[in-house]
Amino acid sequence: MSVLRMDSVYGGYGGADILCGVSLEIGPGEIIAVIGPNGAGKSTAMKAVFGLAKVRQGSIHFMDKNITGLAADRVVQQGISYVPQVDNVFPSLSVEENLDMGAFLRKDDFSAQKRKIYELFPPLAERRTQSAGTLSGGQRQMVAMGRALMLDPKLLLLDEPTAGLSPRYMDQIFAIVRDINSLGISIMMVEQNARQALGLAHRGYVLATGANRFSDTGANLLANEEVARMFLGG
Amino acid sequence: MVTEVLQLIIYGVIYGSIVALGAVGVSLTFGVLRFANFAHGDLMTFGAYMVLAAYVGFALPMWLSVIVALAMTASLAVLIDQTLFRRFRRANPMILLISSFGVGLMVRSLVQIIWGGSTQVYDPGIQFPYQFWGLRIRPDHLIILGGTLVLVVVLHLFLQKTRMGKAMRAMADNPDLARISGINTDRVIIWTWIMGASLAAAAGYFLALDSRLQPDMGWFILLPVFAAAILGGIGKPYGAIAGGFIIGITEELSTLILSPAYKPAVAFALMVAILIFRPTGIFKGAR
Repeated sequence: MSVLRMDSVYGGYGGADILCGVSLEIGPGEIIAVIGPNGAGKSTAMKAVFGLAKVRQGSIHFMDKNITGLAADRVVQQGISYVPQVDNVFPSLSVEENLDMGAFLRKDDFSAQKRKIYELFPPLAERRTQSAGTLSGGQRQMVAMGRALMLDPKLLLLDEPTAGLSPRYMDQIFAIVRDINSLGISIMMVEQNARQALGLAHRGYVLATGANRFSDTGANLLANEEVARMFLGG
Repeated sequence: MVTEVLQLIIYGVIYGSIVALGAVGVSLTFGVLRFANFAHGDLMTFGAYMVLAAYVGFALPMWLSVIVALAMTASLAVLIDQTLFRRFRRANPMILLISSFGVGLMVRSLVQIIWGGSTQVYDPGIQFPYQFWGLRIRPDHLIILGGTLVLVVVLHLFLQKTRMGKAMRAMADNPDLARISGINTDRVIIWTWIMGASLAAAAGYFLALDSRLQPDMGWFILLPVFAAAILGGIGKPYGAIAGGFIIGITEELSTLILSPAYKPAVAFALMVAILIFRPTGIFKGAR
């Protein structure tokens, strides 16, 4: 059984289709990297999964349940969490309150989950009461990921988690992605830093102009000459 | 001279309390729903008249009348939201603004139809002010100051300590992220109206205590209320409270050099100045 399956999805934001037949699959415990040039529809594909972009044709299944066209607030209830690329924290709320908001749907005691997240992101533990708007880019990314993990999702969607970060933070975030994955959470990651992303991912998909171009294991895509020439900058 | 200035500051704090409570409501609804609610002043009027209905009409004790008025005004606001504003959630904020203008007219007219256009009071007769160090303060003023203090503390605890209060701040920060985090934004909106309208009703009651009941009392105080909300950085409830006191004190002190008839103009001038020089409000915020 796959965690997520997109079958030839067409759609976008109401105008012309941005996605022109995207298919992909994520197995249990897998990290999937989606790469490709700007405007290839990578982020849109992710937003289609989360109900933020319209699916005109095709289907999306999560744990064998059809979630095509489900609104975002319902998708999150199914066990998928999404970390947008920008504006992904509540700036005037403290780090702790940001995590609390991630757990809004939970009626049970989630203090254990919060402890787990502070263990995963030690810099956040020291800054619990600091407002998220005053944190550095890398720390904000940690808050955003922490918030998304509060519901203990089965699948985490990361939209360019390292965009705009310094190389030091970039490595740290990739390491954290691996840590999160080792907790048994499947991850779909859209990335511009394609080499590192493919190095980390179990499998990768290369999108171009809204459709699949290549899909293989991360290692094979890195070794593929055509992919390297066209999408990895030689 | 010192006594005179101190006396004006006392009046300013009293008037400022009323403006502040109104401005918090405007700021909350703006923060969460992203539109300037022109019916807010008329919610204040409605609250003041609901106190009258309970206190004079049903002869309830005053404290109970105020609680009834808060509940009725909150219910009216939620009813208006669910029947009208709800349809415009994704519409241009200008459409919401204009429709709130219409709602204000309707509420004001409703008050006028039921209670008539003439001025009324809760308790007829003259209150003798307390005197101390040459300063005067009426018992009603102490109710206004004490009541405002209690409500501000309640609001603070609500925003900082409760799940719904935090969600309200989160939604004001970033509504899209609130939705994708699984926050039930419809419930947050309802609670925003409950809080905003209750504070409006309290402000209306205090305004009527300070002067008299009149169907257009809330409409006329809307300008200083908006000025206070903008001064504090619209969408920021704590800024709105500070803005209310600044407006109140400035208006009262202005009577030292200007005719009291110009008081509303002072609020307006402050609002224009803030919009020109510090459009995000006097307090530094995250955004």
